[in-house]
Amino acid sequence: MKILVAVKRVIDYNVKIRVKTDHSDVDLTNVKMAMNPFCEIAVEEAVRLKEQGVATEVVAVSIGPKAAQEQLRTALALGADRAIHIETDERVESLAVAKLLKKVIDEEQPQLTILGKQAIDTDNNQTGQMLAALTGLPQGTFASKLEVQDDKLQVTREIDGGLQRLELSLPAIITTDLRLNEPRYAKLPDIMKAKKKPLDTKSPADLGVEVASKVSLLKVETPAERKGGIKVGSVDELVDKLKNEAKVL
Amino acid sequence: MSLLVLADHHDGHLDDATASVVAAAQQIAEHAGGDIDLLVAGENIGSVAEAAAKLDGVTRVRVADNAVYGHQLAEPLADLLVSLADDYAYVLTSASTQGKNVLPRLAALKDVSQLSEVMAVDSADTFKRPIYAGNAIATVQSSDDLKVMTIRTTAFDGVGQGNDAAIEPVDTVVDNSLSRFVDEELAKSERPELGGAKVVVSGGRGMGNGENFKLLEGIADKLGAAIGASRAAVDAGFVPNDYQVGQTGKIVAPELYIAVGISGAIQHLAGMKDSKVIVAINKDEDAPIFQVADYGLVGDLFEILPELEQKL
Repeated sequence: MKILVAVKRVIDYNVKIRVKTDHSDVDLTNVKMAMNPFCEIAVEEAVRLKEQGVATEVVAVSIGPKAAQEQLRTALALGADRAIHIETDERVESLAVAKLLKKVIDEEQPQLTILGKQAIDTDNNQTGQMLAALTGLPQGTFASKLEVQDDKLQVTREIDGGLQRLELSLPAIITTDLRLNEPRYAKLPDIMKAKKKPLDTKSPADLGVEVASKVSLLKVETPAERKGGIKVGSVDELVDKLKNEAKVL
Repeated sequence: MSLLVLADHHDGHLDDATASVVAAAQQIAEHAGGDIDLLVAGENIGSVAEAAAKLDGVTRVRVADNAVYGHQLAEPLADLLVSLADDYAYVLTSASTQGKNVLPRLAALKDVSQLSEVMAVDSADTFKRPIYAGNAIATVQSSDDLKVMTIRTTAFDGVGQGNDAAIEPVDTVVDNSLSRFVDEELAKSERPELGGAKVVVSGGRGMGNGENFKLLEGIADKLGAAIGASRAAVDAGFVPNDYQVGQTGKIVAPELYIAVGISGAIQHLAGMKDSKVIVAINKDEDAPIFQVADYGLVGDLFEILPELEQKL
């Protein structure tokens, strides 16, 4: 089976963000960027399915500026066979991403499409579900385990309070949660090899998708700073403060 | 135009989250007008519908009780919502795993955007929501005719329960050949679930090893707390990944958060800084965790924890 895996270029999760002084957005100038952590898990799962002989080809796709090709090269170094870059400098909202990915699915006809459950920049947690809706396919969101059985897929989902197992018909859309796997690091020889793997570039217009959104970003602010409190000298003082001052005990 | 709230429920009980979503709906209705309807979808959900009818501010409770909605799978629920959505200008639910699973599917089927984790209502079309794990707050304006949104329930105090709203059946039955429920394993722990706990006790790399997390258990038992961990503790293999509090783990906002042996990396702070009261216990007095803690105690956690357990 062919697997399509979507990856997003986002701010590295260890970087402390800064809001622009005009409050128009978060400032990403000269900030370390990386593959979204949940997308790394998606790539890892696709590559493992290939290593197990379940998948025959892994295609990585990313939507974003030219620099997003770095993340596609990372996916290729991790084991994806080829990549598709849909290049745009626009801010592309989840619905438009889902429309673009639907076009890719129409062309590529993957049996399984794996996405991260959310990107750590906009924290939307929508794209996989929207893609499933647009393609009319079943969705297995927040997956912590996948088992392919002939033309069915058994997916274990992380839900509030526990786990849920579903059986989905294939093709299907999966979004990854943290426990699905532990992504590997790319090895230097694989990084070198990845430079030679095929990477196609398209534009949203090539795919006939209008990326404009009906949601506009009016303002981005830093949340109220949390003030540091006091240091207490002993466990007794701590318990006293929690009981009588904070009143949380 | 009216507002539709999709109720959260499990095992025949209405979840508290729904009262908070109705509160958010009331705030929107102050700007936009319209009645608030609740949709309860599932199988054998009479008791949920009755509980829902008590929520203040609700005009009517619409009940879709059918086997196809059992286990509330996304595919049939989204189709059901599509069949009802034309009567409404807003569809809201909580940002639970259930809400996050179903609502984006509805939004895409209606060709509209979805606003996730809305935490404040500025006007009929303008809302605030956290981005970058709450390290920035975005104000967004939606010009979609149908506004679909999930609500961060910790940001809205739930409505009261003095109502007696009308209960009406919804006869719509959809097909679902895409997905099938197999089974469910819900945590049987005596402890509350990390995401919804009133008190959370978390350990970091300073705990030294997984065995030492037992020191937190005694305290958690006394406080009725959930146990969490920093990513560093998870990466070190002390505890499983589902303990993780932080940007890539769970976002929590309990009444009391006790961070033990946690230095306070950005990615951890992102997951807990909205807690009402934060206590930090760390041997390094310069650890960044103290900058967000209401009460800091510098010292050896292996001495402090047994004493704290004893004195609680």
